[in-house]
Amino acid sequence: MANELPITAIAVPTKGAAGRTGLWRIERPVIDQSKCVKCLLCWLYCPEGAIVRREDGGVEIDYEYCKGCGICANECPAKAVTMVEEEGVG
Amino acid sequence: MARAVLSGNEAVAVGVKLARVQVVAAYPITPQTTIVEKIAEYVDRGELKARFMAVESEHSAMAACIGAAAGGARVFTATSSQGLLYMSEMVFWAAGARLPIVMAVANRAVAPPWSIWCDHNDALSQRDAGWIQLWAESAQEAMDMVIQAYRVAEDERVLLPVMVNLDGFLLSHAYEPVDVPEQSLVGRFLPEKTPAPYWIDPSEPRSYGTIAAPDTYMEFRYKLQVSMGNAARAIEEADEEWGKLTGRRYGGLVERYRCDDAEIGVILAGSWAGDAKEAADLLRRKGLRVGVIRLRATRPFPADELAEAVEGMDAVAVVDRAFSPGLPSGVLAAEVKAALYDRARRPFVKGFVAGLGGRDVTPLDFATIVELTLRSFKEGRGATEWYGLRGWRPW
Repeated sequence: MANELPITAIAVPTKGAAGRTGLWRIERPVIDQSKCVKCLLCWLYCPEGAIVRREDGGVEIDYEYCKGCGICANECPAKAVTMVEEEGVG
Repeated sequence: MARAVLSGNEAVAVGVKLARVQVVAAYPITPQTTIVEKIAEYVDRGELKARFMAVESEHSAMAACIGAAAGGARVFTATSSQGLLYMSEMVFWAAGARLPIVMAVANRAVAPPWSIWCDHNDALSQRDAGWIQLWAESAQEAMDMVIQAYRVAEDERVLLPVMVNLDGFLLSHAYEPVDVPEQSLVGRFLPEKTPAPYWIDPSEPRSYGTIAAPDTYMEFRYKLQVSMGNAARAIEEADEEWGKLTGRRYGGLVERYRCDDAEIGVILAGSWAGDAKEAADLLRRKGLRVGVIRLRATRPFPADELAEAVEGMDAVAVVDRAFSPGLPSGVLAAEVKAALYDRARRPFVKGFVAGLGGRDVTPLDFATIVELTLRSFKEGRGATEWYGLRGWRPW
């Protein structure tokens, strides 16, 4: 055990180390691409890094890891993000 | 090789320059201040290509050192007394994070009562932090020790921070002739810093200082213990190789002075070993065979080397310039007794607490300490005495 550990506590960041956290979601953010102004505020504010930047400068959401906190919807200046209740909730 | 007249603090600064330190973060405190003042001059004049960070506290100084060391740089700081205590949380962090930082501590008493004078309680309060703790006797040794400290700290078997202790004022501000080696010679002994096996690399992001649950914490702590054992070997090797290059060998973990035929020994750490050696010479002229065992390292604690050094001695005096309130003996006296307890043959051990807060302890005092030790040995009284206490009547 001791031999396999590094010399001090160091962790290598891993995608989805806590599992598919998207399953925790009650509401999902949905982007209306026609309203999106590509300002990237949602990408900047997302605490989970679940906003993915596209080649064309726009964004989409990685629903595998988005926990549905709604910060993107709150920050979006173009009101392009709407929170929609997940199916099977309630 | 050039000969210069340097104070202990200036000798430390020269050692830092010769070690080609890259980052220095420090906050001033007496009697350390002139170390980093001198380093700031070197940086200002371009003699040392280092980043000098004047921080707002000792806690920040060590935090900056931790960041810079994790970034792969060779780093240095210095402090004393209250400054070391203020830094304490980060002192523990540096060791657990396994960062090869070197810090000089100009040993000074802890307040209150306020005191700026020499005492070892500041460094010994950090005894369990996981730092290698070395103790210099002279300005020359302080310079040599700083250079050796980087080699030991950066050794892949070790990867631990090193505290180089020098007595406040007695050593930090006393001037002595010091042989200053050429940069090329130091380069052969201490190569340029290469990043440690673990360092911050933006192209390979990692999280440092993460949580270790009960299933791994003990293993990380055990690694620190193993590395301390490795440090003992690295300290011996550094002393030997430095000796080959400069002609100056100090004895590795312990220096033995006239111990071979000694019937009584004095065990201590720091600059007052010189006074104890004078006392040994004095008493030998009177026919008493006295030797001095100077602990150059107290972490790792040189238990085996100590046991070897006291072989054949009837009694030893352990003289502490510090105490742990409530512990019946001085700190080093307790550790010496623990180290010798398992040995089949061991000398009588008498502890003394002396010289607190810079009270002078002269060669004649050491001669008295030896005489008191002999008397206690004959009477079988091993209890630690506070030497030179003024006007104290117990009841």
